[in-house]
Amino acid sequence: MSSRRSRSRQSGSSRITDDQINDLVSKLQQLLPEIRDRQPDKVSSANVLQETCNYIRSLHREVDDLSERLSELLATTETTSAQAAIIRSLLM
Amino acid sequence: MASSLISNPVENSDRSRESKKKKKKIQNQNQNQNQKQTRWKTKFEQQIYSSKLLDALRHVHRNPSSAASSDTPLRGRAVREAADRALAVAAKGRTRWSRAILTNRLKLRFKKHKKQRVTVTGNSRSKKPGVSILRLKGKKLPALQRRVRVLGRLVPGCRELSFPVLLEEATDYIPALEMQVRAMTALAELLTSADAGSGAAC
Repeated sequence: MSSRRSRSRQSGSSRITDDQINDLVSKLQQLLPEIRDRQPDKVSSANVLQETCNYIRSLHREVDDLSERLSELLATTETTSAQAAIIRSLLM
Repeated sequence: MASSLISNPVENSDRSRESKKKKKKIQNQNQNQNQKQTRWKTKFEQQIYSSKLLDALRHVHRNPSSAASSDTPLRGRAVREAADRALAVAAKGRTRWSRAILTNRLKLRFKKHKKQRVTVTGNSRSKKPGVSILRLKGKKLPALQRRVRVLGRLVPGCRELSFPVLLEEATDYIPALEMQVRAMTALAELLTSADAGSGAAC
């Protein structure tokens, strides 16, 4: 972070600069599948935040669905320790 | 002339020292960035998480008394909590959201046993919660502030954080969630095929 220009009107109690914020927002944009391909200057930070919230919510929903599915599977499968070892070796 | 000859080597050595320091700093930063870039994305991490998750889930089903075994939604909830806990452990305590997940579970258990109102006083590390948000974007204040609040509620333990810290936490939380989804999907596929296999054998 070479340039530390700050638009804040405070006397310097806040060390958060616009550059830092923009950097973080663009990094966040790269993570979001919906808007990562758009030009950074066409996406406002409010937009990025909105997409972030939507994406996190959809991920939470996926995890909830998967949890339900897994709980049903585990209930019916009744894995013995041998089967669990097999599963673990397959995962590895 | 003599003085300039003498002063030059001194300057050169200083400059070379400074440039070495700068190079080291840049290398460290690059290493940190590389670590951050591959974090949550390597297959290795996912496999470790999957095996931890499997162990935790088997524990959940060994002790049906802890979660009502007859209700599917409650069992799904127990699985979700185990998955979140395993994810938080995989984070190795480097992020606030992971620490918040782990401490929240303790607080909840404490609540149940003592039957008291444990007031959860937000994150003790919260500094200047509203100041940075208010001073940065004058025009879009309501919309931006609203969205920041919503985001703070979605990421565990991040309700009272300042804007840049919240963004950093979100930047780590999203790949972690993605890994969680990948691992749980793979586990579900594996169990489905294992189930089908054993069913066909019978």
